[in-house]
Amino acid sequence: MQRINRSELIKAAAKLIESGEADRVLGWKKGEFDYDVTPYVFNSIDEIEKDFVWGDFCGANFSKYLIKETAKSDKKVAVFLKPCDTYSFNQLLIEHRFEREKVCVIGVSCSGMADIRKIKDTAGEGIAKIEEQDGYLNVFTLYDGIVKIDSKDALAERCLCCTKRCVVYDELLGDGENKADNDRFAKVEELEELTEEQRYAFWKSELSKCIRCNACRDVCPACTCEKCVFDDPRSVLENKAAANEFEEKLYHIIRAFHVAGRCTDCGECSRVCPQNIPLHLLNRKFIKDINAFYGQYQAGEKAGQRAPLVDYTTEDREP
Amino acid sequence: MQIEEKKPLIAAFCCNWCSYAGADLAGNNRLNYPDNVKIIRVPCSCRVDPTFILRAFQRGADGVLICGCHPGDCHYTTGNYYTRRRMTLLFSMLEYLGIEKERTRVEWVSAAEGAKFAQTVNEFTAAVSALGENRRLEDLRCKE
Ligand code: SF4
Ligand code: SF4
Ligand code: SF4
Repeated sequence: MQRINRSELIKAAAKLIESGEADRVLGWKKGEFDYDVTPYVFNSIDEIEKDFVWGDFCGANFSKYLIKETAKSDKKVAVFLKPCDTYSFNQLLIEHRFEREKVCVIGVSCSGMADIRKIKDTAGEGIAKIEEQDGYLNVFTLYDGIVKIDSKDALAERCLCCTKRCVVYDELLGDGENKADNDRFAKVEELEELTEEQRYAFWKSELSKCIRCNACRDVCPACTCEKCVFDDPRSVLENKAAANEFEEKLYHIIRAFHVAGRCTDCGECSRVCPQNIPLHLLNRKFIKDINAFYGQYQAGEKAGQRAPLVDYTTEDREP
Repeated sequence: MQIEEKKPLIAAFCCNWCSYAGADLAGNNRLNYPDNVKIIRVPCSCRVDPTFILRAFQRGADGVLICGCHPGDCHYTTGNYYTRRRMTLLFSMLEYLGIEKERTRVEWVSAAEGAKFAQTVNEFTAAVSALGENRRLEDLRCKE
């Protein structure tokens, strides 16, 4: 259950539209099913009242959408950002990807988002409806009746260890802080303890599931290059076919390296991966190493900070 | 018929200003180092994009060596400081993925250190030989 009500979000957005401060709102729109909520630009209060949703399936981070959306008009666009989303927003500002003045940020406190894959693991396919009640999710299925799942057991990986707070906003709904006490590096450490053979076997089994849909890159707020190394201009299947055999094979390492020091650990890549590959374990390895070698660093936390990979000290450790 | 033992293939990225000159000096001084080292000259060790290293591995290299000026002596003042951070993170990541860390190495070699260059290459080749062929990084994703 979200601690802020949908009506409060609508009120905040309506106020901005009525006063003329913003002329459109980037928010979550209901999809065919309760769990396939989609990003959408709402142009009127009527539209918002009809189709806007706020609930456990609003994982989508809108920061990256602002690059294209702010370029469309001189008017301001209002956007809802959860605590984790605000770090991506800041990081994009640091990288000069859009103008802060063209956005009204409504920070929304969040109680964690549900991962539909975890729900499907328990309830199976054929989910018609999902309702939240007293800390439980009632999952209405076509074949097995109503399956009851503890909301905590359905929490997305990134929410299980979220200690983020809204670091940038014009208006804030709730306190905007999360204090989960799970260690986000626990699994990384577990892998580090294994032998080389075991680690290789683990990654081989995970990465060989990849279908190269590029969804992890497309969703990533740190992946905003106009020309990405993974695009093949000769391909008729735009953006999808591998540029060559090389990138096809080492895609994941290269992408993780490209975003190292800029990745805010927003968790979007793991969320959208249709093959459920734990991509966050690559990003968190870099984050963990950066923290250990060059001092604590959280990308996107402060405006104007210098990323560790475009910085140095004369005393840095040797490779 | 004599069957030759397969030597490991080593790619060595050497910066133009220090290490390449160091390698040249090793040659001028008639110092021995294995002929299976392919030297690739780059303007600065900082020019070495991590994808160059991965590319070398994927194309069959068994080990990759990066040589540059000593920290503080970079021809472009600070290039190798960035190299140092980049390679530290990349090597740590490769180890995390299950690639033996002996397959990668950074060594600072000045233009006057011909002997150090030869010694580095000899040691590195021996270490990589001990590991055998690199199969893992040729195709991490192991697609059919
Ligand atoms: S790599 Fe993943 S966690 Fe990092 S910023 Fe991109 S989408 Fe977010
Ligand atoms: S994968 Fe690399 S080149 Fe492609 S968008 Fe991301 S950072 Fe840019
Ligand atoms: S989202 Fe998953 S399947 Fe798609 S390219 Fe990324 S890792 Fe591969």
